[in-house]
Amino acid sequence: MDAQPAASRSTPSSAPLPDTLAALRLGSPGTDPMRPRPYRIERWTRELSDTFTVDLVPLEGPPSPFRPGQFNMLYVFGAGEVPISISGDPAHPERLVHTTRAVGQVTNAMKALRVGDTLGVRGPFGTPWPVEAAYGHDVVVAAGGIGLAPLRPLIHALLAERPRFGTVVLLYGARTPEDILFRRQLTAWRGRFDMTVHATVDRATGRWAGPVGMVTRLIARGGFDARDTTAFVCGPEVMMRHAAQALIDRGVAARRIHLSMERNMKCAIGVCGHCQWGPDFVCKDGPVFRYDHVAERLGCFEI
Amino acid sequence: MAFPHGTEAGGAGAAAGWIGPVVAWSTRLDESALDALIRALREDGREVIGPTVRDGAVVLAPITAPSDLPAGWRDIQDAGRYRLAPAPGETTRFTHAAPAQGWKRFVHPPEDRLWRAHRPAHGDLTLEDPPPPPPPRAFLGVRPCDLAALEILDRVLAGPDQPDPAYALRRRDALVVSVDCGTPAASCFCATMDTGPAARDGFDLALVELVAEDGRPVYLARAGSPAGADLLDRLPGTPANDADRETATSQRDRAVATQTRALPPGIRGVLAGAIDSRHWDEVAARCLACGNCTLCCPTCFCATVEDSTSLDGRTAERWRRWSSCFTEAFSYIHGGAVRGDRGNRYRQWITHKLSAWHDQFGGSGCVGCGRCITWCPVGIDITAEAATLDAEAHARAGAPTPGTAAIAATHP
Repeated sequence: MDAQPAASRSTPSSAPLPDTLAALRLGSPGTDPMRPRPYRIERWTRELSDTFTVDLVPLEGPPSPFRPGQFNMLYVFGAGEVPISISGDPAHPERLVHTTRAVGQVTNAMKALRVGDTLGVRGPFGTPWPVEAAYGHDVVVAAGGIGLAPLRPLIHALLAERPRFGTVVLLYGARTPEDILFRRQLTAWRGRFDMTVHATVDRATGRWAGPVGMVTRLIARGGFDARDTTAFVCGPEVMMRHAAQALIDRGVAARRIHLSMERNMKCAIGVCGHCQWGPDFVCKDGPVFRYDHVAERLGCFEI
Repeated sequence: MAFPHGTEAGGAGAAAGWIGPVVAWSTRLDESALDALIRALREDGREVIGPTVRDGAVVLAPITAPSDLPAGWRDIQDAGRYRLAPAPGETTRFTHAAPAQGWKRFVHPPEDRLWRAHRPAHGDLTLEDPPPPPPPRAFLGVRPCDLAALEILDRVLAGPDQPDPAYALRRRDALVVSVDCGTPAASCFCATMDTGPAARDGFDLALVELVAEDGRPVYLARAGSPAGADLLDRLPGTPANDADRETATSQRDRAVATQTRALPPGIRGVLAGAIDSRHWDEVAARCLACGNCTLCCPTCFCATVEDSTSLDGRTAERWRRWSSCFTEAFSYIHGGAVRGDRGNRYRQWITHKLSAWHDQFGGSGCVGCGRCITWCPVGIDITAEAATLDAEAHARAGAPTPGTAAIAATHP
């Protein structure tokens, strides 16, 4: 209780601090979760015209283990801090991998960084994709656009325990063929005998001869046992809403559909208030939510 | 940690609970004890914060002597209205309702530097060590509604996972001297929120101010912690008698009876189901989205962070500043603000305060201090809006509205 010795404090009085009621109730304050740790960029990869990946290692101290679906707050010196989901393999936490689209001030500043530069990291934060919930089931992973990035750690985790699952299906929708993220990795996954990969685009360009249309059309085509399927969905909110409905129409139980939300975040620890979504803080009660818990809210305007 | 008087939604039943036991005041202090109290707190190295008159309002600020406390003033508060009226000859110091701002600013400051970082021309990003904590404070004259607000902030900012160590430190080190409220304003509804007008816990030392036969103020006191007991021992007092206690009790009961505002008892559920109400558009037509309600609310905790960089680009600071869910930037994500409509921002505020707060922190986020009613420039009244939404919900359900009429009847 009395872990704050008066001698170590710069107080005008040398008398020991009394046990105020607040001290009796609160105990001693811990370390500050708002202070970032410096990390060095070990690799910088251009993914798409506006999308890039950074691989980070801590300047000192051990790496932070993370679970698929969690995110970090990335701080670019002098520019600001943004929540970015982890897109790397959870089996290799020694290298934090983040894939980001440059759309704002901070992410554009991050895009200008290069190998050897340092940035600040806080995290990992948030609820993970519940991999264990899918044991014994067929698995559908439905991604839209950059939504593939937070799902990639999940796919790594699924493949690391591949015999525990039935059919594993990855359904990916991008705006155009040029916007397909992780193309080499998708191709490699598609070459596996224990995984199905389908991609669709909103708008066909060039020599694209694959499916055109929303990712919901890939869901409607099936290829999994809907009565016994767990689904993980990430993409723009409207895409997740339609994908979840398509999965339910197909026969997947609402409680076995999981999705990942995005909201404005300043603290990632539930004290800044920005990410509130109904009764939940997206930063700590999410970002991964069970669809049946949030379905009613998902369709609400401006909640 | 017990949640402050955590009733589901306040209501008439909660208020009735106050017409009850006589508080076990232990000590009677005469007027001179206030001077001894402030001296003792300052001798302990504490900065004393208390109510004082500034810019035409009772505000909370550093004080050094009893003469800094408001005497000879009465505050008049109602929807969109605050006035200080002179009360010539009155020597009581605590005859005001909620001061213009709560104690939030002293534990969760309006702006606070989170850290400072350096990046030399050739080198890595480093963070400075945090500065030493400021000297401890004493909060003198905390109203019971504001005691409840502090405990609500404890839940938010110093919960089990200790999200805000700076808050925890400021709060831990603060010694709290409450003064029961005998003079609620028209905007007040602490009785039905079950947070006042008398303090039950959450203080180190509790006082109540009475008027003696000669017209001078006297104080009854009781300790709520070891530090409070030590402090009380150092004050020149005599044992309180039963007549004093009876006087304090009837003053408290009068303070309950004068309150006319209340929230509907079922407001938590009503708001959870009112997302599509048309009433939000009606509020939006009046609301200026100025954010006053969130700034003066003693429990609104939302904050943003802002970065600043030195001119040479080598030093950067991160500051936390109070924010408001009424601003457009509050909910901005790539592509636009989630809540672009003003009515939906009011919906977010009141629904969070009176409904979602229960889900998040196990009780209401409102303590009934009435500040949001007083300081709203257009007089939007949280109790009136809640009553309208309550009536709407009952009309939808095809039932009469039992809530607000019954409460009004018990508080003539």
